[in-house]
Amino acid sequence: MRDFAHLLERLAFTPQRSGKLQILVDYFARAPDPARGYALAALTGDLDLRKVTPSLLRALVAERVDAELFRLSYEFVGDLAETIALIWPGQQDGDLPLPDVVAELRETAKADLPGVIAARLDALGPSSRYAYLKLATGGLRVGVSGRLARLALAEFGDIEVTEVEEIWHGLTPPFEPLFAWATGGPKPESAALAPFRPVMLSTATELDALRALDPDDFAAEWKWDGIRVQAVSDGGVQRLYSRTGEDISTAFPDVLEALPDAAALDGELLIRRGDAVAPFGDLQKRLGRKQVSAKMRASHPAALRAYDLLVADGEDLRGAPFTTRRAALEALVARHAHPRLDLSPLLAFDSWEALADLRAAPPDQVIEGVMLKRKSSPYQAGRIKGPWFKWKRDPMLIDAVLLYAQRGHGKRSGYYSDFTFGVWDGEALVPVGKAYFGFTDAELKDLDRFVRSHTTDRFGPVRAVEPIKVVEVAFEGLNRSTRHKSGVAMRFPRISRIRDDKPASEADTLASLQALLPK
Amino acid sequence: MNPAEILTNRPEGLYCPSGDFYVDPIKPVPRALITHGHADHARAGHGAVMATAQTLDIMSVRYGESFAEARQVAQGVTQVGDASVSFHPAGHVLGSAQIRIEQQGAVAVVSGDYAREANPSCASFEPVPCDIFVTEATFGLPVFRHPPMADEIARLLASVQAFPDRAHLVGAYALGKAQRVIMGLRQAGWDAPIYIHGALQQLCDYHIAQGVPLGDLRPATVARGSKADFKGSIVLGPPSAFASTWAQRFPDPVICFASGWMQVRARARQRGVELPLIISDHVDWPDLTRTITELNPEETWVTHGREDAVIRWCEMTGRTARPLRLIGYEDEAD
Repeated sequence: MRDFAHLLERLAFTPQRSGKLQILVDYFARAPDPARGYALAALTGDLDLRKVTPSLLRALVAERVDAELFRLSYEFVGDLAETIALIWPGQQDGDLPLPDVVAELRETAKADLPGVIAARLDALGPSSRYAYLKLATGGLRVGVSGRLARLALAEFGDIEVTEVEEIWHGLTPPFEPLFAWATGGPKPESAALAPFRPVMLSTATELDALRALDPDDFAAEWKWDGIRVQAVSDGGVQRLYSRTGEDISTAFPDVLEALPDAAALDGELLIRRGDAVAPFGDLQKRLGRKQVSAKMRASHPAALRAYDLLVADGEDLRGAPFTTRRAALEALVARHAHPRLDLSPLLAFDSWEALADLRAAPPDQVIEGVMLKRKSSPYQAGRIKGPWFKWKRDPMLIDAVLLYAQRGHGKRSGYYSDFTFGVWDGEALVPVGKAYFGFTDAELKDLDRFVRSHTTDRFGPVRAVEPIKVVEVAFEGLNRSTRHKSGVAMRFPRISRIRDDKPASEADTLASLQALLPK
Repeated sequence: MNPAEILTNRPEGLYCPSGDFYVDPIKPVPRALITHGHADHARAGHGAVMATAQTLDIMSVRYGESFAEARQVAQGVTQVGDASVSFHPAGHVLGSAQIRIEQQGAVAVVSGDYAREANPSCASFEPVPCDIFVTEATFGLPVFRHPPMADEIARLLASVQAFPDRAHLVGAYALGKAQRVIMGLRQAGWDAPIYIHGALQQLCDYHIAQGVPLGDLRPATVARGSKADFKGSIVLGPPSAFASTWAQRFPDPVICFASGWMQVRARARQRGVELPLIISDHVDWPDLTRTITELNPEETWVTHGREDAVIRWCEMTGRTARPLRLIGYEDEAD
């Protein structure tokens, strides 16, 4: 438990992704089985423990600590598990094997839980108590996604993360076969139905690079602005995976119902009302749900737009060329004829210039460019340069005024590197986004110097600056947002240029930004 | 006499009518007794100041020789007006003292800031029996239990070992905390040079002159060499310096902060701290309540910090207590 507590502490306080990866790799190398497997499961959310409720914990602590002292402490600390971990009047600093703790929480009857938890809190020190309570309540909040945890495991075992993702859904905690594989053993066989298959990814391209290639060798289609998914149906089990192998089935029962039997499809998850594809923001409303209400299904109906076919009638097609798979896909979609499943159409073009024209004027707003797939290409895992290209539409650009800056971490320690910028709304500048990359090292120095010499106010680590510095912000799309005062939220914003040639008064307006919103 | 009449609360600070002096006043007064050299307790501009020799030295380091019109070193028992006063170690920072005030057999002790854990950079707290005990409450909540300093230093050294290519930047206030951390490192066997920000220089020099063996200290301000020079090294600076360009000269630094507040995760994250070190020079909750229990005063007066919880605890244990609601002390600085 102490080792796990230490791991959580380090992860929580390490902001950089690379740092978190290193910590995880070190932990996997150090911790024994099955403890490391349970720790991994806790991080990926695969540890299905009996959920301990906040009210149970409050009742427990009320038996040990004066209510007023607890109230004052909780007010100060702000987190229930942390307050209890710190205030619990135990004097011991014992250790317990993580697997024992997990087994106990799993097996204890609900009526016996308070007694068991109290006994454990008595035996552990504050840091372990915190980890124990976070484990029991099921929210670690250390900034590690399932994807990052799997990536760490792959790095630890020197294996491809796509291979880990491929078998992940057939495995259960504490993942001993997985760790055996990572330490030189055989790759585990996944016996699970409807498994995930590593996704084929594309690399970015542009017109000049394409000129070296023969257009006849490639098929082109729209790049839809939804979520790339893999939909699998196998022996009566349907699953929907994100492109990193995250199982998102529970949020999209309407898509699962639309799947043909014994097939694996690659496609774009979209919200589609009749033929009209809704903007990305509508799709976001359905993400991350354990359950979807009938009302949400009716107002935000999900659909799959198919790109590719990996398995048909139980037969693996991944080795076949794209054209063969595409023909099979067209036949399957036509035969199955489900209103929530359709094809992403191929584009007719005879030259790169013709394709460039199509790209410049897509027929739908929810298109973010074109995809090019070599007709002869088999379906291969990972991002290989050559067979598939994405040719994204040009980013949207606005000129905005710097308003706030915050200091960065690690290599950017001491530099103001996280910027909030705004545009004009009448006489006032209203914040519309945040960006912390896109600039060069030299530009970062320039921005940092600017922030230091033009600070007008300080709020903790944040500085307000004189609103005179104009930056060009590039972004991939715009959504309506009720969470932002401006009413808009940018996707993937970055600072593409510093516009010292432009006075702040000539920066863009909120109205011009709103004009870019999807209708 | 009624012990509660020894001291009274005035806008300038805690006042002793029979001796006509203030303790740690926040505004300029004719006569001040100062517990220790932290800026919120020891201000410049008073008429006459009485304090320990070290506190007077620290005040002149900070404010220049002319910080008061007259000064007197506290030695033994001194008569001030109708009150007799004496100074006793508080274990907080070098020179820190509790002030004992006696009048017609009644005794009040103003503890100032104090700590019970052994502190290698100053004299240890001495319990002084009294009728009125004036206690701070900086960490006056039962969530605050400071781990032994050696454990925290061990965590710092483990991190230095784990990241040999990075510099460890430790935020520590210039008076007390910085020297405490340095001494902790030396006691743990860290003999390498420790780099310090310019703001720490004078007070570190003063500690060395007073016989606190801080070892090989080097300025982290003048070395205009390459970033690589600081690989694997430990650098101390005031927390405010981390926001300045000073921090840019270190290779991928690990930001550490030595403070009792680091026990609360949100506090550490707010400050962008990667390695929170729970090192405090104040009493934690167990030591605070233990001190009141040991001294068993007739009344406990509670000042700056989390008064409500300490008063609640006094109520629960059948003690008389009241909040002083003194203003002007930075209960955040630790």
